[in-house]
Amino acid sequence: MNAPLGALDRPNSYIGRSVSRPNAKRLLAGKGRYVTDLVLPRMLHAAFLRSPYAHARIVSIDAGEARAMPGVRLVATGADLAKLCTPWVGTLDHFKGMKSAQQLPLPVEEVLWSGQAVVAIVAETRAQAEDAAEAIVVEFEELPAVVDIDAAREAGADRAASGIADNLCFASRLDTGGIDEIFAGAAHVVEEEFHFGRHTAVTLEPRAILADWDASEGKLTVHHATQTPYQFQDLYSRHYGIPEANVRVVAPDIGGSFGMKLHVYHEDMAVVGLSMLCGRPVKFVADRLEAFVSDIHARDHRVRARMAMDTEGMILAMDVDDVTAIGAFSTYPRTSAVEGNQVIRLMGAPYSFRNYRAELSVVFQNKVQTSQYRAVGHPIACAVAERLVDMAAARAGLDPVSLREKNLIADDAYPCESPTGYKFEALSHRKSLARLKALMGYDALRAEQAALRERGIHRGIGIASFVEISNPSPAFYGIGGARISAQDGAVLAVTPSGDVRCQISVTEQGQGTETIIGQIVADQLGIARERVRVITGDTENTPHGGATWACRGAGIGGETALQAARKLRENVLGLAAAILQARPGDLDMRDGVVVDVLNGAERVSLAEIARIAYFRSDTLPKDASAQLTVAHHYAPQGYPFAFTNGVQGCHVELDAETGFVKILKHWVVEDCGRIINPLLVDEQVRGGVVQGLGAAFFEECRYDENGQLTNGSLADYLVPMACEMPDIVIAHIETPTADTALGAKGCGEAGTAAASAAALNAVNDAMSPFGASIAQIPMTPTRLLKALGTI
Amino acid sequence: MTAPVAITLSVNGETLTRAAEPRETLADFLRRDLGLTGTHTGCEMGVCGACLVMLDGAPVHGCLIFAVQAAGASVQTVEGLSESAMIADLQRAFHERNALQCGFCTPGVLVTAQWLLARKAAPSREEIRDALSGNYCRCTGYEAIVDAIETVARRRSAGEAASRFLEEPA
Amino acid sequence: MKARAFSYVRPATVAEALLAFAEAGEGASYIAGGQSLVPALALRLQAPERLIDIAHVAELRGVSCDGEWLRIGALTRHADAHDDPLIARYAPLLALAAPHVAHPAIRNRGTLGGSVALADPASEFPAMMLALDAEMEIAGSAGTRRVPATAFFQDLYQTAIEPGELLVALHVPVARAEHRCAFDEFARRRGDYALVGCGVMLAMPGDVVAEARIAFLSVGSTPMRARAAEAALAGQALDAEAIRRAQAALADDLDPPDDEQVPAAMRLHLARVLLGRLLGRMEMAS
Repeated sequence: MNAPLGALDRPNSYIGRSVSRPNAKRLLAGKGRYVTDLVLPRMLHAAFLRSPYAHARIVSIDAGEARAMPGVRLVATGADLAKLCTPWVGTLDHFKGMKSAQQLPLPVEEVLWSGQAVVAIVAETRAQAEDAAEAIVVEFEELPAVVDIDAAREAGADRAASGIADNLCFASRLDTGGIDEIFAGAAHVVEEEFHFGRHTAVTLEPRAILADWDASEGKLTVHHATQTPYQFQDLYSRHYGIPEANVRVVAPDIGGSFGMKLHVYHEDMAVVGLSMLCGRPVKFVADRLEAFVSDIHARDHRVRARMAMDTEGMILAMDVDDVTAIGAFSTYPRTSAVEGNQVIRLMGAPYSFRNYRAELSVVFQNKVQTSQYRAVGHPIACAVAERLVDMAAARAGLDPVSLREKNLIADDAYPCESPTGYKFEALSHRKSLARLKALMGYDALRAEQAALRERGIHRGIGIASFVEISNPSPAFYGIGGARISAQDGAVLAVTPSGDVRCQISVTEQGQGTETIIGQIVADQLGIARERVRVITGDTENTPHGGATWACRGAGIGGETALQAARKLRENVLGLAAAILQARPGDLDMRDGVVVDVLNGAERVSLAEIARIAYFRSDTLPKDASAQLTVAHHYAPQGYPFAFTNGVQGCHVELDAETGFVKILKHWVVEDCGRIINPLLVDEQVRGGVVQGLGAAFFEECRYDENGQLTNGSLADYLVPMACEMPDIVIAHIETPTADTALGAKGCGEAGTAAASAAALNAVNDAMSPFGASIAQIPMTPTRLLKALGTI
Repeated sequence: MTAPVAITLSVNGETLTRAAEPRETLADFLRRDLGLTGTHTGCEMGVCGACLVMLDGAPVHGCLIFAVQAAGASVQTVEGLSESAMIADLQRAFHERNALQCGFCTPGVLVTAQWLLARKAAPSREEIRDALSGNYCRCTGYEAIVDAIETVARRRSAGEAASRFLEEPA
Repeated sequence: MKARAFSYVRPATVAEALLAFAEAGEGASYIAGGQSLVPALALRLQAPERLIDIAHVAELRGVSCDGEWLRIGALTRHADAHDDPLIARYAPLLALAAPHVAHPAIRNRGTLGGSVALADPASEFPAMMLALDAEMEIAGSAGTRRVPATAFFQDLYQTAIEPGELLVALHVPVARAEHRCAFDEFARRRGDYALVGCGVMLAMPGDVVAEARIAFLSVGSTPMRARAAEAALAGQALDAEAIRRAQAALADDLDPPDDEQVPAAMRLHLARVLLGRLLGRMEMAS
């Protein structure tokens, strides 16, 4: 339960306070230590020859000339690595009927997408490895490429991979019953076909890995730019047959991840084998072109959906068909079916309607694999439902906000369950919407919009309510047989000088994980946060845990730290009581000093307690236990997920002559429960919004009919930049989860979840005087001019 | 000859001579030969801005110039700007405002910011965004960066001296 | 993304540069700012055996004016096109276009000569050479010659510069009091290659347009003059009707490439909108 965590005016009350990130200082000084920066003695560099075809059979590989070139130490093929590494299949048991082709680090017979790594070259420098790659001759026999999602599902269609019976990876169906009758009898039905482009994470630091196999110890050390070091420790151990304790994965500073850096990549698995074959450290840093054709992509959905409404403007039902294309196999170990699954389960989640039917088809095609990237499935579910809500409002002649006010789940209706089976503990949709309306000055914006339309200026206002999944329990992956932990662990120790070291399994990629963990530990112990050192990202120095994904760092990692700190505090006060011959309950710790609870009188410092415990244990009473190190694990209990909620508003101006859109401003009201550090939460939300706006207006992996990515460079794939992005106003409602003492839920995906939906509604609102509409993102000028009938 | 050639240049105030392969970019030279890994490479084609360094006082992409071209020139990297305390106020403002997350773009952003404020004492938010038009940041959404630069412009205009940043406790 | 190996020489004079190229033959490439060449090398789209760094050739530097012509040394940087007082005074169109060229760090390094010699149809400066009626000074083994912009841009990335020749300077007829100019472009993001861009030079001694020069970028395989639109303006007062006719005439001037992302009709439409807006602004200002 949520006992109050303390007022902010106490010393060391850090929970809820905006404080800067201690670990940001070295990044500002150019002293970050990223995997791309690391150099080990005798380190070699890997490059890969890649397939020019989307689908082909490997006929022969001639690497004779390459092997003799300057600096080249190894050329390895799929067959070479298959002798070391066991294959993997990206399915989960709880996705019934799911299938996928078996994968190896490098293909032995068949390439499945254009850009797939085929041959590895290891040389003294990256440039030499690239020189050698140019000298390798691979003969391919081109096979038919599967690119169209409808053609792929026809009987007798060409298969994306020879190891699968057909191109349907996974299908799922939800049906509460009677949907056709409800639609037949509804006062209003709106429907639309939506298209969501493929996009990709484009972390500024590309994927980077440095594997170091030491045969003398039988030990593998992998410096890996990943969110999830323990997951990879397990995978490298099992697929290369190395005892788990002999595999160390270190994740130092990481230049962005957003979900992209927790999947198995063929090159990464290969690099481990390359190091074993060379007996030397081998480094691979994907260059930007390689990143575009090998990092996971995401989204790529076509959704046909309709919504039924009664005469009072109450939503009655939704009926949804989602087809999503994922690449030629399912990503390992988290699969490529989770996004589609979340699309159909999150659809309309903020609303109180009870009737729902959905069909999901997850389809193979010969493109880069798709998988989990920030806000998995959320933006699609949100955009479809929110656009239909706006269409329904227009049909009923209601203001979009009024329609939402009627239909959002009431704030006093919890706990409750969605028609798709999600259990909601407590959300604040209506309060959030009211707050957003005030924050935007909604009524004034509408008045201004009407006045400007008279002058030929076309502004649009879009609203989007959302639900976000955070703090996942084992219901996410563990239940499906994946060795992906939903729990976290922390080891907390008082050092001999009275400082505190916290080794914890959650990881840092810049979002501020280490900072909030430090805040929680300092707050709960009662010491200055400058005296808490937080250590993350090393399987050899932290306990096993889930690390960072699905917005779990604050909620689960934070609760782990909180419980560990309380345990350590109990030990410290118990020892202090023994030293002082007092009762533990009469003591408290403030600013690193044990004090009397009643009057605050200082009794003994933590440093003194530590000195006695470590160096003068002879002076302690006989029965005193000096346990100044504690280990603690915490796994979510209670609700399978801690859902969060919020609502976003977007204000745009459409240049109707050119199809260009200027984003004027964006607003977010969100409820992530207990806020540990408002500064960091706001920046998570802002960054998330901009990724959503990128999807809405700019980002799309474009393919031609042969399965070739045609815009795979940072000059051609348009990411959002400073000039095009708006200032973003953020406000919060706090509804802590009662499942934990901390009460925190996730916030990292909230911005991305609804930004593109709000933008889609805003642009449609701006186009409404023209009788035009769009149901596709990104909303490019060309698409908008087509929608407007100009071209 | 494609073999390494000796080049002499000034880096962060120190004149040094090294052998560099003609095909080695300045960014790779700084990172690999001099260990100045604060200069990052994010695209190697002059689009992302992570490799910006000052070349004879103006920001250029370290990935779009070969080290041999920089022979005789003066280069300042984020390490040099940082150690000379020239950007201490920028670093402080970025830290306070949390105008960085993963930090990979940050050195390039700081180089741009320092150059902008040297040319224009009180830029508008639009001008700040325009100056940043070649600095890609995937984490922050840019607003915090604009805020931090605006704050420094205001502080510098008010004559606030930049105190050192790095030696202070975090 | 590492370039193939090459050798590097740094001549001090044009003569040395020409000689260095002649020695290496077709396997050589000049480099000045390198802002387009270096990415091409990194991508291994080009792989010269020898790079001839002309950045230290004094004859290629500097901006000067003799009263009739403005001479812009080929090594003049994009940033200087914006900041140089002589350019601002005698070729203000270049100063207007400069901020649209890529990003600040590219402008600090890229050169006008490099941009014009590359002749990317989507770049601003080559098109502005057309709008300015500039002449390119080219040095070769037989001496130097001047080629008017209209004869200079021949096809995609093809100019009047023969292999081994070197672009020395851009010569621009100086702008007089009667000249008005305007530049703008539609780009997805600040600094991106534009979907369409346009520079306009009008000679307006009185209320009537004596001469119009209109050049577009990103509408074909070379930068393009819009002769029919120019003719529609010549001898006319700059009013709504004349502007409308100039916009309509673009159908005769431009035949943009067609692709799914930006269909030909889209580019033509945007070119018309852009020209209309530029001329409209000039009308308001006159």
